[in-house]
Amino acid sequence: MNPSVSSLGKDLVGLEDLSGDQIISILDTAEPFKEISERRIKKVPVLRGKTIVNLFFEASTRTRVSFEFAEKRLSADTVNIAASGSSVVKGETLVDTARNLEAMRIDMVVMRHGSSGAARFLAERIPSSVINAGDGQHEHPTQALLDLLTIRDHMGRIEGLRVCIVGDVLHSRVARSNIYGLLKLGAEVAVCGPPTLMPPAIQELGVTAFTRIEEAIEWAGVLNVLRLQLERMHGGFVPSLREYNRIWGVSSQRLAAAPRDVLVLHPGPMNRGVEIDSDVADGPHSVILNQVTNGVAIRMAVLYLLAGGRQESAEAAKQGGEA
Amino acid sequence: MSEKLLLKGGRVLDPSQDLDGVRDILLADGMVAALGEQIDAPEDTRIIDCAGLLVTPGLIDVHVHLREPGGEHKETIASGARAAAAGGFTAVCAMPNTDPAMDDPASVGFVAAEGRRAQAARVYPVGCISVGRSGERLAPVGEMVDAGAVAITDDGSPVTNSLLMRLALEYAQSFGIPVADHPEDLSLSPAGQMNEGLVATRLGLKGKPNAMEDIHILRDIMLAELTGGHLHLQHVSTRFGVESIRQAKSRGVHVTAEASPHHLVLTEDAVDGYRTEAKMNPPLRAQTDVDAVRAGLADGALDIIATDHAPHHYDEKEAAFEDAPNGIVGLETAVGIVLTRVVNEGVIDLATMVERMSCQPARAFGLPGGTLAEGSVGDVSVLDLDAQWTVDAAAFLSKSRNTPFAGWVLQGAPVRTIVGGKTVWEAAREDVREDAT
Repeated sequence: MNPSVSSLGKDLVGLEDLSGDQIISILDTAEPFKEISERRIKKVPVLRGKTIVNLFFEASTRTRVSFEFAEKRLSADTVNIAASGSSVVKGETLVDTARNLEAMRIDMVVMRHGSSGAARFLAERIPSSVINAGDGQHEHPTQALLDLLTIRDHMGRIEGLRVCIVGDVLHSRVARSNIYGLLKLGAEVAVCGPPTLMPPAIQELGVTAFTRIEEAIEWAGVLNVLRLQLERMHGGFVPSLREYNRIWGVSSQRLAAAPRDVLVLHPGPMNRGVEIDSDVADGPHSVILNQVTNGVAIRMAVLYLLAGGRQESAEAAKQGGEA
Repeated sequence: MSEKLLLKGGRVLDPSQDLDGVRDILLADGMVAALGEQIDAPEDTRIIDCAGLLVTPGLIDVHVHLREPGGEHKETIASGARAAAAGGFTAVCAMPNTDPAMDDPASVGFVAAEGRRAQAARVYPVGCISVGRSGERLAPVGEMVDAGAVAITDDGSPVTNSLLMRLALEYAQSFGIPVADHPEDLSLSPAGQMNEGLVATRLGLKGKPNAMEDIHILRDIMLAELTGGHLHLQHVSTRFGVESIRQAKSRGVHVTAEASPHHLVLTEDAVDGYRTEAKMNPPLRAQTDVDAVRAGLADGALDIIATDHAPHHYDEKEAAFEDAPNGIVGLETAVGIVLTRVVNEGVIDLATMVERMSCQPARAFGLPGGTLAEGSVGDVSVLDLDAQWTVDAAAFLSKSRNTPFAGWVLQGAPVRTIVGGKTVWEAAREDVREDAT
């Protein structure tokens, strides 16, 4: 494999930068990789000899573990760095951290960072591939990709679907990545939530905005329900979590009133009883755990493609070759 | 007795005297000794051939940050004064948001003295409105004026407390100086990073709506109207702000206002890709705002072009967008940007440019200059309107390089800057013609 001929370019910073075809090729590459995680011995030598650094400046369990499983199941050598245990707390700048990692001759960096644009900043400054595992309120591309794969698994397609992203869109990198990905694959996209949590000019991206959850459920075939962080209440964006649940919460009564079966996604971690009720999260509409399973396959696909693998060789690669 | 200078045969453009024609100017003893169609050189006179060049009253930038004391890694008073001279400016007004802040006569006197020592552009200190720029109580304005302050401001921060702003506008009238304010209602978006709108939404950056600036401009205008004080509004960037100032002037309110070169030519699109060299406060705004700032500059709603020269070390700008400081350097690009993208695009004519960059700044801040009338101070800018050049940040005399204009091809450049009858900077170029007698 040769990273210089990656079909995605050097990095995966955001879905805004990808074409619809590139996004579909990631989803299609993930399909054969799903099966690896179902094996008794969950390991193939696709990325043998590759060094990957997981650089997490923000706390993360699900995303970090998902990347780590994906890397290990592809036989990469991985190192985890958490901000609290790194030289960052000693005042080192992001660019110096990057240069020092680079000096140790690594192949890829998976980075989560609290500042929007941090992934791009890093990608422009080091020759290794950079995978954005969430940057501030900008993008979280692998989350959107696993959402897309999960929707496609259950609905059979993306094109022509009506997908509504519900909740704190203003502060959500998941929302932005989903909007770009869904629009590029031909879905109709809406957002729904309190106007205080809607980004200015969001309609100019080509999405519809609802202010009432009832309207969104009436309209949508798929709901992607975002986590409402407690600090939003302290910031005055919503008066209380109880009120948020009453007005915007996704409940089974509301889903029962929908004209069609609605698929429900949530990127996690959930606040049960706030943005989503337990009977929805645990009920027949929910594909939340399928998302988590797909997350590993999507991240394997991204790692494989950025390392120079070809989508059409993925089936052969998982049989034991290095592609 | 110092050497005399005779500027020979240049196109002298001096709106203060309604003059636009080929003239000779004799500078002696630091003053304009004579201005006429044909002046013979007295003894001990250096003759400078200005044929084909534009000769104007010295350009004045009323809004620069020279960072000393406290930020000498970004700029010093000496490097800033040299950068100003290289940009065609004969004088600058240094903002007081230094560390410590310039809020007493000693620190004001220090800046004035360092400015004189630099022997480049003149440096006029601006004192703080409030002690420590904390926005709580008035700084010793009278003592600072005695030490050389030409205005007061808490720039970098707005004056949030309306009573303090009222008191400043009243108190400053004793000294005939303007109260300059950075208009921004911080409570509306304390963590804002760039203009609110589609670009900010796409980039996931917190926005600053126009209303932050508009609310504060309106409040300041009301306080100026209440007190009769001289309000100077800094770096106006919004369409409603421009219109509010225009209306206030028509009511007779004593208000003057600035436009920055970057707000005249760049929109928020320059930030795309998280370009920290386009991060500034107020932020680059939408095209409708740029159009309004240009219209305001043309009709006089905005009196002055001022750069808001804000040097930052490259390490500070080499960061994630929200960690990078606000501001860009402007002294060495202003003339080229304004000529190329404002004058040559027909927004204002050359005489209005000189009005906005020399005559009005002198008038509004009560500074010497702004005219080449006989007997006035011998501060002169000589520009070559035909010079084509490419902005090369590495060649700046400023200690900092943070410009969004790197690589821009510009038409028109300063070639000689004369302060008090002495050349303090001249372009190292083949086309500078000079012969001495």
